[in-house]
Amino acid sequence: MNSRTEVFLLTRTSPAVALSVQGLQKTIGKRTIIRNVSFDVHQGEVFGFLGPNGAGKTTTIRMIVGLIAPTAGRICIGGHDVRSEFIEAMRNVGCIVENPELYKYMTGWQNLEHFAAMLGDVTDERIQEVVQLVKMDARIHDKVKTYSLGMRQRLGIAQALLGRPKLLILDEPTNGLDPAGIRELREFIRKLAAEEGLAVFVSSHMLAEVQMMCDRVAILSGGEIVKVTSVEEIVANGVNRVEWNVEPVETARRVLAEALGADNVQQIAATKLIASLTQTETASLNEKLIGAGVSIYSVTVQNQLEELFLEITGGESIA
Amino acid sequence: MRNLLALTRNETLKVLRKRRFFVVILILLILIPTFVYGQYTTEQRLLAKVGTTDWRAQLQQQITDQEHRMQSPALPDEQKKIMQLQVEQQKYYLDRNINPKATGATTFTRFFMQYGVSLFLPLLVIVIATDIVSSEHSEGTIKLLLTRPVKRWKILLSKYLTLLIYTTLTVMITMVACYAISGLFFGFQGWDAPMFTGFQISGGTFDASQVKVLPHWQLLLMNYGLGWISTIVVATLSFMVSVLVRGTAAGMGVMLAVLIGGNILVQLAADFPIAKYIFTSHLRLTDYVNGTPLPIPDVTLPFSLCILGLWLVGGLIVSFITFTRRDVLA
Repeated sequence: MNSRTEVFLLTRTSPAVALSVQGLQKTIGKRTIIRNVSFDVHQGEVFGFLGPNGAGKTTTIRMIVGLIAPTAGRICIGGHDVRSEFIEAMRNVGCIVENPELYKYMTGWQNLEHFAAMLGDVTDERIQEVVQLVKMDARIHDKVKTYSLGMRQRLGIAQALLGRPKLLILDEPTNGLDPAGIRELREFIRKLAAEEGLAVFVSSHMLAEVQMMCDRVAILSGGEIVKVTSVEEIVANGVNRVEWNVEPVETARRVLAEALGADNVQQIAATKLIASLTQTETASLNEKLIGAGVSIYSVTVQNQLEELFLEITGGESIA
Repeated sequence: MRNLLALTRNETLKVLRKRRFFVVILILLILIPTFVYGQYTTEQRLLAKVGTTDWRAQLQQQITDQEHRMQSPALPDEQKKIMQLQVEQQKYYLDRNINPKATGATTFTRFFMQYGVSLFLPLLVIVIATDIVSSEHSEGTIKLLLTRPVKRWKILLSKYLTLLIYTTLTVMITMVACYAISGLFFGFQGWDAPMFTGFQISGGTFDASQVKVLPHWQLLLMNYGLGWISTIVVATLSFMVSVLVRGTAAGMGVMLAVLIGGNILVQLAADFPIAKYIFTSHLRLTDYVNGTPLPIPDVTLPFSLCILGLWLVGGLIVSFITFTRRDVLA
């Protein structure tokens, strides 16, 4: 096998790495806020960055986009080191750090022109294109101070997409959006990843949101990566709250208590029992219940991701 | 290079759209007519009091008045020396039959710079200068500005160039507005009136050996040129404060304290040895050409320019090092 085919196979098996973070560390004074953070984000995937407030998400993002110098470690965007090849690295990124703070005294269009001039090679047609992409045509010539938060968010994304980046970084993008806005944003992000092959890096403190939006997720707690995993895996191993509608309820309660412990099983209505357990346990318990002659009318499973999240991050609050 | 041009264009547009520069122009357009009117009524009153339009009689009256005041034992030596020089100059003008205060737009315009250079013009400049970097921090837009594929020093340089443009414009607009508005009251004459420059005190006595005759417009341009240098230095130091401080209000407070404190220092403790090396003591560069010596002893124009130059370079070094190295935390 010659080296050409080898490269070909490599790129086929693992898609190109858009963002690579290796051994990242940040110490301010004597406090280490980020400790040995490493992960890769691939082209075409939506990568969630999950952690409670104060876990170091924003600090990590600021290091990725060059706002903060890391104490140790290496960040590469599209193969370019952010420290030594800042300009080449930043050509591949569009980002919103925290809130989409744009110049309020200028119109949306003037803001886009401002950032287009900083990129150097963005035409008016491209600005028009991103304006249409985020559906801001109607209000683009109004001053930003008259925009709602949702519109500012969309203008922020338009600004991030101007230079056709390979990597889009969004820090808590759903903050302050209404449910319709969140859903729209989610679909938009998925579309960008699927159709344009963008790598999207989304930070969030809400597990449910990450679950709906992302392919893979890194969980950060106390400045350290606790876990990098796929979203399916979290769901499969997660503890669920299961509600059984059964009869006779006494027999069912005994069977469940035997398997899960009496404390875990609660009766919430005449024929309803609830307990916390994993997906695999649910299946085997259903068999046992049927074996014991219990009639099952319904089984409802509620994801208890928040609990899992608390467990992983050591019980820190998820405000 | 094209990049820097585009960045500077961005920055100038931001200052314009923020309407900061309009505020500066508005202040000028309100204050200049007020001063012109004040000057006009003072002259009318003087005319009524002295009862003559003859400038020779007026000047002679002024000389006598000042000589009386110099007799006072309470007057500090420094001030006495300045008054002595003024009297000698007035006599010099009188002897050669030239009116040093020939009313006219040219005189008013020159006086405006002469009196405005140490506090008024610096105040106008810091309105723009303290805002230019700190507002990006306070509004959070710094995060977008510094995550573009542009080196940080280039972004700061574009901001500094923008500041130089607006500072220069402020000085130019001051001159044009003064001339146009005062001309309506005093007439536009006086461009080519002969003026003397180069009076000195050497060895404690009046020295007219370096005196040259200049047409008034030339003296006017020298005043505005030197005034421009002073305002550029103030603008640069305000720029540094703008880099160091995160809020526009805090930056303005710092600069106001420095400027007013510096002015007080010159008045109170001019012979304090350190005063010689503080930039605010040297802002009145125009005094060198108008024949009123600087309040601090033993300084020359080249020395003042050196001190101001050092402060300017120092301010730029601090600004660029801080801006390019600092972590953007909040």
